[in-house]
Amino acid sequence: MSERLFTDDHEWALADGDTVTVGITNYAQEQLGELVYVELPSVGTTVHQGDEAAVIESVKAAGDVKSPVSGTISAVNDTLNDAPEKVNEDPMATGWFYKVAMSDPQELDNLLSEDDYNNLIATLE
Amino acid sequence: MAERTPLYALHLELGAKMVEFGGYEMPLSYPDGIIREHTQVRSSAGLFDVSHMGQIVVKGPDAATLLESLIPTDLAGLPNGRQRYAYFTTEQGGILDDLMISNLGDHFRLVVNAANKHTVMSHLRSEIGDRCRVDLLTGHGLLALQGPATQQVVNRLSSMLGEQRFMEVTRTTIGELHCLAHRSGYTGEDGFEFSLADADTEPLARLLLEQEQVRPAGLGARDSLRLEAGLCLHGNDIGPEITPVEANIAWAIPACRRATGDRSGGFPGADRILSELSDGTGRMRVGIQPEGRAPVRAHASLQLPDGESVGEVTSGGYGPSLARPVAMGYVENAYSSEGTGLQAIVRGKPVPVTVCKLPFVQHRYLKS
Repeated sequence: MSERLFTDDHEWALADGDTVTVGITNYAQEQLGELVYVELPSVGTTVHQGDEAAVIESVKAAGDVKSPVSGTISAVNDTLNDAPEKVNEDPMATGWFYKVAMSDPQELDNLLSEDDYNNLIATLE
Repeated sequence: MAERTPLYALHLELGAKMVEFGGYEMPLSYPDGIIREHTQVRSSAGLFDVSHMGQIVVKGPDAATLLESLIPTDLAGLPNGRQRYAYFTTEQGGILDDLMISNLGDHFRLVVNAANKHTVMSHLRSEIGDRCRVDLLTGHGLLALQGPATQQVVNRLSSMLGEQRFMEVTRTTIGELHCLAHRSGYTGEDGFEFSLADADTEPLARLLLEQEQVRPAGLGARDSLRLEAGLCLHGNDIGPEITPVEANIAWAIPACRRATGDRSGGFPGADRILSELSDGTGRMRVGIQPEGRAPVRAHASLQLPDGESVGEVTSGGYGPSLARPVAMGYVENAYSSEGTGLQAIVRGKPVPVTVCKLPFVQHRYLKS
């Protein structure tokens, strides 16, 4: 497994071979508050880097989870349908959203390292 | 720059997420989060800072008559130490603002929405300011203690408060702190709203938060609580474009101001409102129950299954006490009966919804 990468939109991406698991960061879930609804993409959907792939709603507002890479959705975390709060409880592991079979692994070069992401959120506070 | 209430430093100390609302820096939520704060109010008690709201004093020998010329309510018959829910109407029969109005013997006390306080003050000054005193109270905070544990909490602090009933208003002392206590609120639960000098607001807040049943609650929970209680938010569910009859709040217009009453009409928009009371309206405010988990929020279009537009959602979100989304909005009369199936458009796609009665959560006011 390679190192976890991040987007400036507060998604994380963890690559394992050609498959990338995607979730939102702890900073994101703290900002959003408790999630009350998650709408996951369908397996088989084609996504491009930066496309909205999932919808998330907290009590106050709706947001989205963009795809950090292009490819095809290969799996989704169905447990979030009945328990969206899992994202708040464990955003970096069991609160994952979906997996993407990458069409262009070089796109990972566009993402932020953990250090860069931590620097980014430090400027936001 | 946004204004600050007397509790600003306390909010930061408690770790609140602050937002700007009505020109003030207000707490959206505290570290507990909106859902826990909401359920805390329904099961125990929460304390809200509502100091951003407008507190207005209207004073003079003709104050009751003058206010009645702007508000379809009964003030001549409002006893000293009682309050009513009412609204300022517009010439077109719409709602300029809704408010609580109290008779304090030597003056009337109005509590109006933060966002509308200057509009209301201009309206009062231009319409009746030449014949009575109209003053926006400054240097006063406003706190709301809400929830079923209210009685237990106030019993400990003041025997007088413990005996106060719903919609009564009393000058009282809690500890050494003088306040005006209204037994009312915006959550559907038993509770009090305390008006007191700025310097006393934080001490009272701290005293209340020391009570084991009380935790702080922010504007996020205030909104989800009032939505579940079916209560209108001016700017969303009511406004100058909506009449009280359409909004289903005409219950606040007493018989004496209606067509056959002894002080019939005599308020802005009376012709329209009184004719709607006898002939009905084209649309009505109703509860909207979405199917599934996706919240259906304000401005979502309401349609028949064939796509014909028949209304709009005006407030919507998640109801923590019900663990499901809830909403309210306006629909054409023909589709306003309980059980009518409609669809709401959310992110461009139809979500099935059902028209339902309000409130979603029954009110538990302390009545005599």
